Order: sequence, then C-alpha cells, then structure tokens
Amino acid sequence: MTREEFKLICPAPIGERDTIQMAHGGGGRLMRRLIEDVFLPAFHNPALDARHDSAVLDIGGARLAFTTDGYVVSPLFFPGGDIGRLAVFGTVNDLAMAGARPLALSAAFILEEGLPLELLRRVVASMRAAAEDAGVPLVTGDTKVVDRGKGDGVFISTAGVGLVPPGVDVRPARVRPDDAILLSGDVGRHGVAILSVRDGLRFEGAPESDCAPLAGPVGALIESGIEVHCLRDLTRGGLASALNEIAADAALSITVEETAIPVIPAVAGACEILGLDPLYVANEGRFIAFLPAAQAEKAIEVLRGHPFSAGACMIGRAASGSATVTLRGRLGGSRPLDLLSGEQLPRIC
Amino acid sequence: MKYLDEYRDAALARRLADAVRAATTRPWRIMEVCGGQTHSIVRFGIDGMLPPEITLIHGPGCPVCVTPLETLDRALAIASRPEVIFCSFGDMLRVPGSGRDLFTVKSQGGDVRIVYSPLDALELATKHPDREVVFFAVGFETTAPANGMAVYQAKKLGVRNFSLLVSHVLVPPALEAILSSPQNLVNGFLAAGHVCTVMGFEEYRPIARRYHVPIVVTGFEPVDILQGILLCVKQLEEGRAEVENQYARSVRGEGNTEARRLIAEVFEVVPRKWRGIGAIPMSGLGLRPEYAAFDAERRFAVSAITAEESPECISGLVLQGVKKPAECPAFGTRCTPDAPLGATMVSSEGACAAYYRYRRAS
Repeated sequence: MTREEFKLICPAPIGERDTIQMAHGGGGRLMRRLIEDVFLPAFHNPALDARHDSAVLDIGGARLAFTTDGYVVSPLFFPGGDIGRLAVFGTVNDLAMAGARPLALSAAFILEEGLPLELLRRVVASMRAAAEDAGVPLVTGDTKVVDRGKGDGVFISTAGVGLVPPGVDVRPARVRPDDAILLSGDVGRHGVAILSVRDGLRFEGAPESDCAPLAGPVGALIESGIEVHCLRDLTRGGLASALNEIAADAALSITVEETAIPVIPAVAGACEILGLDPLYVANEGRFIAFLPAAQAEKAIEVLRGHPFSAGACMIGRAASGSATVTLRGRLGGSRPLDLLSGEQLPRIC
Repeated sequence: MKYLDEYRDAALARRLADAVRAATTRPWRIMEVCGGQTHSIVRFGIDGMLPPEITLIHGPGCPVCVTPLETLDRALAIASRPEVIFCSFGDMLRVPGSGRDLFTVKSQGGDVRIVYSPLDALELATKHPDREVVFFAVGFETTAPANGMAVYQAKKLGVRNFSLLVSHVLVPPALEAILSSPQNLVNGFLAAGHVCTVMGFEEYRPIARRYHVPIVVTGFEPVDILQGILLCVKQLEEGRAEVENQYARSVRGEGNTEARRLIAEVFEVVPRKWRGIGAIPMSGLGLRPEYAAFDAERRFAVSAITAEESPECISGLVLQGVKKPAECPAFGTRCTPDAPLGATMVSSEGACAAYYRYRRAS
C-alpha cells in the first residue's frame, strides 16, 4: 500500500454542547463544569462555595447542616433497594458527610399520570422503613402530577436538616497532607445492581445494592474522639470521582493503592464483562474519610464495629501537591485516576 | 477471582518481564493488534516493565476508532427518524460524526438505546412491532457471530421490523495493509486473542510467511501479554517467523467452527473504509444478498450519505503505529475525551484515550 492510500485524517471535533446531555448528570467532568459555569456564579455565597455535600449554617450559636437531592432511577425497584430508600438514605448521607446528626427530612413527589397507586404505596412504605432505619422523621412534603410521558413513574426530591456537634468541622479544606484515607467497604455494588436489571443489559448473579444510611458509622467515628477532617459518600462517578473532588477542593494530591480497594467478585466479574472500571461505578452506602494517620488504626476498628462499615480499610494517603489522584497499580506502576467525562459506557468487546 | 487474578499476578509478571529482558539483544518493534490489549498495556504499565530495546506499537484493533465517518453519519440519520429505535454498544454513542454524535441525537428526541447484545435488540423488535429496531453492527470478527445470529434469528422468526447497520471489519487485511506500507515499522505482531477464538489462526500463516513476520495469538491480561511478547521476541531473535498461540486456553487452530459457519451463512467479504486509514480492499463483512432485507442502509436509503473527513489530527498515524499519542501536539490540550478530535480519543480502547487516562501525569 502506498503512502497516498493511507488517509491520515480524523473527524472534526464536537465543541461545546449547547443542550443538556446525559453526561451532564453523570458525576464526571461535564457535571463539574455545569456546576462551575451555571450554578455557582448565579448563586455564589460562602455556604455554597464551600462545595460540600451539605451547607453548614450558623444559626443562633448552633450549626445547622442543610442539603437537598433529587432522585431519578430506572427501574424504580432494583436488587437491594428502590427509589424510596435511595431518597431517604441519600439525603441522610449528605448530612452525615458534614459530620451532622440528621434531624428531619422533607419529600416532594413528582408523579406521572397513570402510575399505579399500588406502586406508589410500595415506594412510600419503603421510605417509611428507611426513615425508621436512619432514625429520622419525614416532617413535610409536596405532591405534583405531570402528564403521562413527562415523567418516569416517580421522581422524588428530598431535603434534610441536621445538627453539627460542637467542635466538629468536616469539609474538604480541612484535609491535611499525610492524612490517611479510609474507605468504609467494598465498592461498585449499587451501580452493578442497577445495570443488572436495566433494559438491554439484564444479567444474573449481580450483587444487591449497598444502599444504607451512614449517619450511624459517622456518628460512631465522631463520638470515639477521632479528629475527622473530611468525609464524602461515594455516589455517581464512584470512588475515583469522590477522590478527585476532594483533591481539587482541598488542593492536595492523593495516592491510593489498587490492591487495598475491596471489590467483591460479583462486581469485579460484571465490570470485566461490561468493560467498566469498578472505581467509577456508583455506590449508595459507602464513604471515604480523611483523618490523621496516627488515628487510622483506631478509626478502622470503630468503623468495623458498625454493620454499615464492617469492611472499612485504609486505601491511601493525602500529600501536598496539586489536585491530582494517583493509583498505584498491582504490578507496581502508577497511573492518574482522572474524572471521567460523564458516565462510563459499556465497551464493545 | 478465577481466571483473572492468576493472570494479573505481580511476581509472575515480573518473571516474564525478566525473561523478555534476557532474551532481547536488539531493538524490536512489536504491534499489539487489539485495542483491548492496548488498554491493558497502558493500564497495568506493561510497557514500563520491558527492556528499552522493545517498543510496543498500538494497532488499529479498536472497532469504534475505525468505523468510518460516513457510516456514523448514516447511523445519525437513521437514529433521528421517529419510527426508529436505534440500538448500539455503549461506546459508539460518543463517537462524533459530522458535527454531532448519537448522544446528541438522543437529546434531540431520537430513541437511542445502549444494549449489550444484538439479540436484546431483536427482542426489542418483537416487543415493539410498530417500531423499526436498528442495531449498529460494528466490530471485528469477535462480534460478527452474535450480530449474524440476530439476523439469522430475525429471518427465521419472520421479524420484519429489525435490521442491521453493518460496519464489520477484519483483522488479516489490516495486518497486510500495515505490512505492505512503506512506512511500516512493525517487526512482529501480537494477534487479538478473541478474534482468533472465533476465526482460529490458519489465515495468519500465509501472512507470517509472505512478510517474514512472527505472529503470536495473545490474550488480554498482563501475564498473557508479557508471555506473548516473550514468544514474539524469541522468534525475532532466532530469525523465525511463525504463528504461535499464547492464548491456548481459548483459541484453537480452526477457531469456533459453528460461529464461523454462521458468519459465512449471513455475511460476505466486502471492501471497507477504515476511519483514519482509508479504504482497504476486502477488509470487511457485509450482509449476503439473501439477508439484504435486513440491511438498514437499504431499508432507510442512506447509502447516498457520504462524508469527507477533515485533516485535523494524526489518528491515522497512531492507528498504523507510526506515531504515539503523546507525539500529537493536540494531545491532552485541544484533544481530550471531553472534546475528542479523533476517534482514537473517544473509545476507551482507543490508543489516545488509554494514554490520556493512564499516562497524562508522566
């Protein structure tokens, strides 16, 4: 073949997107950019600019943690959970990540015309059970109905308030070089559980979602006197995205050990088949904690004593440096662990 | 995990890397054909374990990367039609056509769905008899049997609202195109293990003979790849040029005869354009005339859509192994996975994306 026969060419790029894409909600770089370009400049204030899972407000000497979250999941019921449990635990967990004890939740329901009432009853019963598990009452709410085809059965938005105990100050800016990074359990169960029941991807042998309320283990850490610097629950974008967010907001570098990060065989196997990296797969009941390395051993012991963090382990350390996350691989090499553009896509082969 | 952990064993990998070092006396350039192998090499840092004499060149074996622009534009046109449910493997959705991608079509109202198997797309067709279900059949010989099975079943079951947009490509003609190029740098190949699981490796023997080049059928885990490299280096050092099978736990000489029979039943060999490389004669698969009724290009009359690619990036050189991703001035700056200039940056199997994801820091 002659040189001319090879066309050394490539496609034109797609520049800035002028409409919302699914990747804008994927927990990756596009979502971060959306927040930085659209929301932060519009609403900018000290509480928002702290960029934590909850805003912490000083109110008459008390510190109130305040957060809100929207829940859209298809299908509504999946192995190990449902949209109702997610809506309660997700908001409870955002409060817990500020070191707060959850006090009360609100819930707004956006219901699609034609939704079977029986299904709504199941979701509501599940929310009630979840609120009891988390020990937090649901004190106010709202209901709207949209035309058939304009919703996906049920969308739920919850908000929550909690009290931050005196002396507790948990946020990215508090992370110190040399802090130990603890992970509360194995990663990737929720994302794989959802994929296993999604149209077009159904497979068997998937694990149950890890969705769980995390105020318990966080409370235990704080009560045991551990000096917790920062907490982050692992949701969309998984462990890798959470580490990147903290590294960026704390302006520190992070190194984690691949072999220290637990992944159960059912998750590892599904990820291998689908071409996904479990470090980017969603969780709904796992968190990372940054704390002084000298207290790591005690913190692991405390966490392991709690059922929702029984698999706690240390996965790495923070260091001074510039907002990068590095993974030390099992064969000895290191590589950057970057934010993805949007959600991971299953590979062809 | 069984069949995974043992092939990622650090001590065994180091022993193999030491054996490669001991066997190497001269510089050799070895091309891993498959994007899955490239991904493993960069993810596990295998190239960093090799002696400096060994250069790994990343081959064109990423189906997403080599699907031509005009096929993508045809896919976008079909997916935009209101009666169509357009089904695709996940990583095709972000590949840019002329100005937009399948995600954009989806956000504009197109019914675009990710499926894991073409048989799931066929099931959608039976569930939605009032819609046209189209499956985007891209890939090498690996995905051809399942895609062929979907069409075969559709014909047998009389499912009329199902069709394939076919852009299948074949490995051996691509190897020949690379070897016969005056720019060729490749001394030896690691052939793609799962392609050979389907096709066997007899068709590689004439290539090894004609171009006097060793071809080692190789798997995808670190230990597989290091062992493939070791076998290839030994052949090069001894002046041999044979076809060897490192991936014997999966590959037989004759391949999977049932799968090959099905491919031959449904598909015929056709000329095919490769994105970034150009036309390669008899390098693809198209539907046989008996299955023409299931050809989405005909059904939706999109054959007239053609597209010329603009000379923006060097992915053609990367796909041939002439350049490394980091040698591109746009790499990591004007060209990133968020705003890819070329297909090799789009797919997670693409060489540029693998380098971006795993190598940027170094």
